[in-house]
Amino acid sequence: MHITDILVTGEPIIYGAMVSMALVGIALLFILTYFKKWKWLWSEWLTTVDHKKIGVMYILSALLMLFRGGVDAMMMRVQLAFPDLGFLNSQHYNEIFTTHGTIMIIFMAMPFLIGLMNIIVPLQIGARDFAFPYLNALSFWSFFFGMALFNISFVIGGSPDAGWTSYTPLSGAAMSPGPGQNFYLMGLQLSGIGTLATGINLMVTILKMRAPGMKLFHMPIFTWSTLVTCFIIVFAFPILTVALALLTIDRVFGAQFFTLTGEGLPMMWANLFWMWGHPEVYIVILPAFGIFSEVIATFAKKRLFGYNVMVWSMIVIALLSFLVWVHHFFTMGAGAFVNSVFSVSTMLIAVPTGVKIFNWLATLYKSKIEFTVPMLWSLAFIPSFILGGVTGVMLGMAAADYQFHNSYFLIAHFHYVLIAGTVFACFAGLVFWYPKMFGHKMNERLGKWAFWLFFFGFHVCFFPQYFLGLDGMPRRLFITNVAEWLPLNVISTVGAFGMGLGFIVFVYNVYYSFRYSERETTGDSWNGNGRTLEWATTTPVPYYNFATVPYVDEIDPYIRMKEEGKTTFEEDKVKPIHMPSYTGQPFIMMALLGLASFGLVFEWMYVAVFGLIGAVFMMIRRSFDYDDGYYVPVEEIKRTEKKARGL
Amino acid sequence: MADSKKRVPMNHVIGFILSLVMTLVAAWAAIQSDLPVTWVIIGIMILALLQAGVQLFMFMHVTEASSGNGHVPWNMMFHGFALAGILVAGSLFVMSFGHDHGDHGDMGENQQHEEQQSEDHSGH
Ligand code: HEM
Ligand SMILES: [Cu+2]
Repeated sequence: MHITDILVTGEPIIYGAMVSMALVGIALLFILTYFKKWKWLWSEWLTTVDHKKIGVMYILSALLMLFRGGVDAMMMRVQLAFPDLGFLNSQHYNEIFTTHGTIMIIFMAMPFLIGLMNIIVPLQIGARDFAFPYLNALSFWSFFFGMALFNISFVIGGSPDAGWTSYTPLSGAAMSPGPGQNFYLMGLQLSGIGTLATGINLMVTILKMRAPGMKLFHMPIFTWSTLVTCFIIVFAFPILTVALALLTIDRVFGAQFFTLTGEGLPMMWANLFWMWGHPEVYIVILPAFGIFSEVIATFAKKRLFGYNVMVWSMIVIALLSFLVWVHHFFTMGAGAFVNSVFSVSTMLIAVPTGVKIFNWLATLYKSKIEFTVPMLWSLAFIPSFILGGVTGVMLGMAAADYQFHNSYFLIAHFHYVLIAGTVFACFAGLVFWYPKMFGHKMNERLGKWAFWLFFFGFHVCFFPQYFLGLDGMPRRLFITNVAEWLPLNVISTVGAFGMGLGFIVFVYNVYYSFRYSERETTGDSWNGNGRTLEWATTTPVPYYNFATVPYVDEIDPYIRMKEEGKTTFEEDKVKPIHMPSYTGQPFIMMALLGLASFGLVFEWMYVAVFGLIGAVFMMIRRSFDYDDGYYVPVEEIKRTEKKARGL
Repeated sequence: MADSKKRVPMNHVIGFILSLVMTLVAAWAAIQSDLPVTWVIIGIMILALLQAGVQLFMFMHVTEASSGNGHVPWNMMFHGFALAGILVAGSLFVMSFGHDHGDHGDMGENQQHEEQQSEDHSGH
């Protein structure tokens, strides 16, 4: 086997990507070596079990994936605006929309939100880390290697090209030979382990490790949204795991679960995929709801209106999210009765969602709004998301969906909910909690530029797509030179580049703020408007989070703490704190599983077996590992706190 | 498991070996054995139940006082069963379309006709 056999050859764009990847890689190696940072990288980051550092790594990876997915998107938009240019051929276009969709949902939206949860949830409930810090590191590395595996596909072996939904029989061995589709299966499988483990981990953390006195209905709303999301993850992800495993067995070992021949039932893939897939869209929207609720309450300077109703509507949404999956394939033809049942359940979901919208509006009503950057993202979310929700209900009408299905109308719908919902929330949350993470705020002026560019870009890009859909333009099409569609496609592409510009300003702002922003002196960064416990910690947050954990018996406990002059450092109550030790095991174990997955992608069984044996060996080692962590002495805690609080 | 101080967790080792053996037996029954299909299915079902038992009693904390004497795990298991119910019943409800072309027999019979009818599926 020669290296050129597996490298993708013959595409100038891909050669360019290869060269730039090689250059960035060499530059990184050089920088790490020149500044002697290898040891730092290993002992501070690769071996960390600290939830805050793991969260930062999640968010960095997610931003990287937003860039990769965004470049994919730009390339598609160029092709659609200038169909005669011959910029992309059909194969390349198929690969790009497949990787774009998969990356944005699995490797951008979820890790971004999980990153924010990692950092913020323990701080909000007064915990010192996750329930299982080792497992948390394991989760991150499984996501990381899954992501790496999926991303190398376009230079080694070729990308998957059957859509992010990977429908059989198209994605089966007969119609998609070669490693491409295996990259999809193994990349998702590997990162799915991490997602499931995170779901369990956060669930236990929230149920078992809250501050003394904090009942479930005292928890901050973002923590609530995380808890509900964890339940969805724990119940939905196993379905994906099984579906991926069955398709892998089909493709690699010649079984016939989803094939056209034998006893296979190709539509069963769609059925299983959406049984996971619809809950999945709620996995990425509920935490977003949580973030908006926190931001809106903070900058409206009011307690969130209808806290209990907000919680219950999330629980109802979570339950209903398991009962609507068929709306993704009404056109399969299961019959009027089946379609009607799922049409009704789909429309029911809009009810609790609407309830939440009204609660946000009521929170804003007659409040003194402070227009900070996170608040701008949240305010923009409300009307934009309504457009997505209303069109969702339209799609939910089975009869009408026969017209809308697989057209640009659908594309516009899910971008309105995913971008105006999830992506806006990721930006809002990142800017909002940025001072907690890095000790300084992001620059407001640049932040507003990024916001307005992205906001207008988004609407200019996706609003016309509703009409393209109504004019009959199907999705996943690379030749679009139908005269009627061209103007709207061009407008849409202009909008896409506006969003790209917004993203660039955002990233530049990270650099600019690192250089020039004032360093935070208090932990309560937003003019003393903090309401929940994360703002009670000092900035930067000490690695043990809380010197003493306050007693909590209400919503928004930090408000009263401030009135009564209480802090998370009551000097006479400080006791030694038990912390977990750093370890390189999760990194190594998941690297080995990554190797095994790589072997399976190319169906090189020796590599796969070697990697698996290595991973199992690491697991056995872990079983006999009796490292119980260490205690932070009282002296050190007092020293750290006094320095941070300027006492 | 507060008493996990540097000793081999025998319970877990036995449980691990047991679950491996049961998995291998199930795989053998399906791939290598000459047993009739019904027996294979029944055998695998029984093994699955045993397997779940091993997981619950030797690894999880079903009987521990700190989990409310099993109240919490049972609660979760109930939700698991509810979801499994939705999964199976829902899939049958949704996926048994198109099978009433030729005969109006019961589900079990229809399954055997899938091969011939797959052309219909892609036609929809
Ligand atoms: C009011 C609530 C919502 C309703 C009633 C709704 C309804 C629907 C329906 C009926 C479809 C399928 C249309 C078709 O394929 O023809 C669909 C597709 C989709 N929806 Fe929603 N939706 C809602 C909210 C959301 C949210 C909150 C998200 C994610 C954040 C989301 C993400 C998606 C995605 C990704 C697809 C397309 C998947 C694909 O085919 O590739 N939806 N929605
Ligand atoms: Cu859906």
